[in-house]
Amino acid sequence: MSLVLEAKNINKHFHQPKDFHVLKNISFGVKEGEFASIMGKSGSGKSTLLYILSTMDTDYDGELYLNNELVTGKSHQQLSRIRNESIGFVFQFHYLLSEFSVVENVMLPAKKLGKKSIAEIEHDAHQKLAMLHIEHLAHQKASRISGGEKQRVAIARALINDPAILMGDEPTGNLDSHNSENVFTIFKRLKEEQGLSLLVVTHDEDFAKRTDRIIEMEDGAIVKH
Amino acid sequence: MINWKVILGIAKTHLLSKMKSTVTATLGVTFGIGAYITLVSFMTGLNAMLDDLVLNQTPHIHLYNEIRPSENQPIDLFDEFKGTFNVVNSIKPKQSQKKIHNALPILDYLKNHTNVKGATPQLRAQIFYLSGNIELGGNLVGVDIMEEVRLSNIQDNIVEGSPEALKNNDNGILLGAGLAKKMSLKVGDRVQVSTVEGNIFPLKIVGIYQSGIAEIDNVQSFTNLKTVQRILGEAENYVTDINIKLFKIDGAEAMARRLEKQFETKAVDINEANAQFETGSNIRNMITYAVSITLLIVAGFGIYNILNMLIYEKMKDIAILKATGFSGKDVQLVFMSQAMIIGFVGGILGLLIGFILSNVIDQTPFETEALPTITTFPVNYNVAYYIIGITFALVSTFVAGYLPSNRAKKIDPVKIIRGT
Repeated sequence: MSLVLEAKNINKHFHQPKDFHVLKNISFGVKEGEFASIMGKSGSGKSTLLYILSTMDTDYDGELYLNNELVTGKSHQQLSRIRNESIGFVFQFHYLLSEFSVVENVMLPAKKLGKKSIAEIEHDAHQKLAMLHIEHLAHQKASRISGGEKQRVAIARALINDPAILMGDEPTGNLDSHNSENVFTIFKRLKEEQGLSLLVVTHDEDFAKRTDRIIEMEDGAIVKH
Repeated sequence: MINWKVILGIAKTHLLSKMKSTVTATLGVTFGIGAYITLVSFMTGLNAMLDDLVLNQTPHIHLYNEIRPSENQPIDLFDEFKGTFNVVNSIKPKQSQKKIHNALPILDYLKNHTNVKGATPQLRAQIFYLSGNIELGGNLVGVDIMEEVRLSNIQDNIVEGSPEALKNNDNGILLGAGLAKKMSLKVGDRVQVSTVEGNIFPLKIVGIYQSGIAEIDNVQSFTNLKTVQRILGEAENYVTDINIKLFKIDGAEAMARRLEKQFETKAVDINEANAQFETGSNIRNMITYAVSITLLIVAGFGIYNILNMLIYEKMKDIAILKATGFSGKDVQLVFMSQAMIIGFVGGILGLLIGFILSNVIDQTPFETEALPTITTFPVNYNVAYYIIGITFALVSTFVAGYLPSNRAKKIDPVKIIRGT
């Protein structure tokens, strides 16, 4: 199976307040349809790595491939386009735009991509919401729904452009066990039903154990994968 | 690729959800532009009125014979004293006539000149107005009244009666308002004038002339040119002054110098006659613009502040937009379009308010003895000011929006999302 995401010899330094080698020679890949999790203690560099993989952080050495295409060194404009089209991202906090309704939040990345008509995008958005059992919230303001629901809306938003890979930075970190379970089930289903690749950073050992593969990090290096 | 629909959609949602700041920012622009329009319309209106008051009294070029000593005294002509240092004491002005020599051919020449709108002959005579046994000194100006009406604003200054009435009456007089008051005379009464030589003529008052400048109204009256010639016992070519109105006022000075040489008379152009007045106008204009620009800059800072605050509040939104694939430029455009919408709406409202306020000023009664033709405050409705107003609104909101939006463009989403 081909690799959706591949990192080759990624090194990163923090320069402030003093030089600190955060990531040391990170090399690994995520296969198509694989559900991988990254575990490690606080400060092990796992989130830092994830933001590099997500193309938002460009300050690193090494090479990053997405769908076998070199991403490193592209302009911000091009990277925005890649994020928009191929990467879905779910954060620890939901980060919805609170003035917009749920369905508008979900539609926004697709509108930006501009490949489909508004009617099609709206149809897709409703479909994604229905898949996550929150279609009845579609026209609520994003600020008016519960935490678990917000996280599911965020997942729907991450999926709207049918990305190649879904990344999560502790997506269950801020949820109770019931909602965590819910999110995990959704991820599992996405992998099984749609063959989506997932890469999730987590603290939660139970969560990680049920994924296909655990990548363990310690002091900025991968110790097991 | 820029998807304006999405960007404007986000901008609109931001503006509508932060209604209070949006309204505050918009009102900032509105008041700035509104005050600018009102102020500049009112100030330039006043300026134009004052300009009219003085400048329309003055012809563009005024030809007359000046009483002065001759430059060449007889001794200069005597060969034996050539090259010596001659001192002549008690020089007297040259004995010459007050009339302009060859006035009628000069008038014909001027009327055929391409830049001359019109040239009118005048005859100024020193006379006395008789009221019982009191003699009031003054001037009587003989004019071609219909030409004066065409070329100057004399009609505005005839507060009673009409120029036609003067034209149709050989013994008519347009009496100065101050004189009429002093002598308790009104239209239809008779007034006696006496020449310096002592000849007395009765004239019928067909109108009252009020220029608004008391010094003039207390001494000067108008009558037909022929009437004054008859009173003085002079021929029809006896003219002391020629007033010239030009099409293009810029040429006044050069033409005055040329006429001076050509006809050997004194020629005064309008700039020379009103030099200090011009300075006053310029300074008033400068003050108007200084105040207006200050207002507009203050409005600009208001927008800058509010957008800056908005961007602080929206840090997370900006990060999330960037994380989901909006580029820095898209984010910048979101905030720029907010600024431009505020600028445009505020600017248009400002123009409206400015127009309404200047209309109110235009309706406000303003009556003064000095200005008989003015009943309300003067306002200058010049489209140029409205264009300047909206342009400045757009430019200032652009600048005020550019700096904060440029910061939004550069926000690093990772820093915001990770909270570092």
